[in-house]
Amino acid sequence: MAQYVIIGNGVAAIGCIEGIRKTDTQNTIIVISEEPHPVYCRPLISYYLEGKTDLERMAYRSKDYYKEMNCEVIYGKKAVHIDASAKQVVLDDDTVISYDKLCLATGSYSFVPPMKGLDTVEHKYSFMTLDDTLALESAITKDSKILIVGAGLIGLKCAEGLKDRVAGITVCDLANRVLSSILDFDCAAMVQRHLEENGISFLLEDSVASFDKNTAYMKSGKTVDFDVLVLAVGVRANTALLSETGGEVNRGILINTKMETSVSDIYAAGDCTEGEDISCNDKRVLALLPNAYMQGNCAGINMAGGSCVFGKAIPMNSIGFFGLHIMTAGSYYPSDEGGELYEEQSQGVLKRFFTRNGYLTGFILIGDTSRAGIYTSLIRERIPLDSIDFETLKKTATSTVFSSEKRKHFFGGVV
Amino acid sequence: MKRIYVNEEWCLGCHLCEYNCAFANSGKKDMITALKGKPIYPRIHIEENDKICYAVSCRHCMDPICIKSCIAGAISKTDGVVHIDQYKCVGCLTCVLVCPYGALAPNENGIMQKCELCLENTCGEPACVKGCPNNAIVYEERSE
Repeated sequence: MAQYVIIGNGVAAIGCIEGIRKTDTQNTIIVISEEPHPVYCRPLISYYLEGKTDLERMAYRSKDYYKEMNCEVIYGKKAVHIDASAKQVVLDDDTVISYDKLCLATGSYSFVPPMKGLDTVEHKYSFMTLDDTLALESAITKDSKILIVGAGLIGLKCAEGLKDRVAGITVCDLANRVLSSILDFDCAAMVQRHLEENGISFLLEDSVASFDKNTAYMKSGKTVDFDVLVLAVGVRANTALLSETGGEVNRGILINTKMETSVSDIYAAGDCTEGEDISCNDKRVLALLPNAYMQGNCAGINMAGGSCVFGKAIPMNSIGFFGLHIMTAGSYYPSDEGGELYEEQSQGVLKRFFTRNGYLTGFILIGDTSRAGIYTSLIRERIPLDSIDFETLKKTATSTVFSSEKRKHFFGGVV
Repeated sequence: MKRIYVNEEWCLGCHLCEYNCAFANSGKKDMITALKGKPIYPRIHIEENDKICYAVSCRHCMDPICIKSCIAGAISKTDGVVHIDQYKCVGCLTCVLVCPYGALAPNENGIMQKCELCLENTCGEPACVKGCPNNAIVYEERSE
């Protein structure tokens, strides 16, 4: 009788459960959930603040899900040690759980660099979990002035979520642009303008030199008075459990395309991992929900003795702010690395396509995101651009650019 | 299961499928009240160039990437039909980012919608197929 253990209870864990249950409906699955909640849609925490969803709708699966999946969930306990030779996981209350196959779906944590005087700030919050969100919500009033450190995806979605519930929001970042991990300078400027038009203030290329209670003294010499501080500097993968057993980690837990770690019978999936990114043929931490599910699902299938390879991971984001939609995917190579850039611009729309060696490697779409999945598929499926009508595709996403055989398969076949 | 398939050689590009779709999903009894003078948000659309035209709607894939990618857990599959729970959808458009067929688009409120084969609306069978004047869209079983 095999026993599966999953550390973590986010979307990667759910992918894993559903992967295991494709073939194995019998053997026990134990899920160790540090958070005291059934799985919820973590990316919806900003939509919750904004009032576009609620706690009930944020449930990622139905109420009876774990029962239906024949899973035992241990809530509120943290896995603190893995003994890979004895194949055991030790929890923070000294409980020992044996596994035959283990999946690490431990996610990531909010990284807070040392900042002078941070301990004098009474109301400071991360914005990663549901509990962070509820704590932040209880700290704000309509008169609150908010300072958000970090103009990345987390910081800016937090700003959008809080906007209509507080008096003012300032976002600072050391980078020279917003969303620096997914947007180039021009695209970031367009998004920043839109955010400013919607009432968000920015201090870019600036960082906090020190805090004194409700005041931030910036390196630039400016001061920012605030009531509530949100720390969204960055995230780091939770890798310690595996590295302490001697498993290979870099910025994330290293995995192959079967989601195996370097330690036998231990798999990993989701934000805690670093795997192949086919848009750059290199290993990257791809902390985003679709990859978490697909990696978890692949791990689960393999843990149950099936055969699955997930070799199509790329970075991709669909994100909107105050009605402006932005989609990005893949890698953007500069010209000195052989990259080429094609741009389409019209009123309220900026589309950039990054190609290299005859392949689409990445794109940024702002304002017009219709049928963007067609572009994404060019990256994921490594479709040579000389096999399609890329000129048309730059103007509009359409499957007319493919061969008639391919369209016959798409729209006349079972896919 | 029965799915919607298109034959691009037979499509006239008349866009009637778009109107029939929008009407079938409008909840209205009369096509004129439902559609006249309003922008329409059909769940099927015609793609065309100077040589070809054909209708695109959800393929109800065997292994749908939209379900795996939905950040709201709002997309599910029952009896082969891929369904969006519009009450859960937050309109993030991640499904649009991943669908390789370009088969999804938001409704007038920014919430996602897509072809669900008219199984839940009053039409009861795909309105696009029923109204296609040249049988360019069919609803039938094909082998997997």
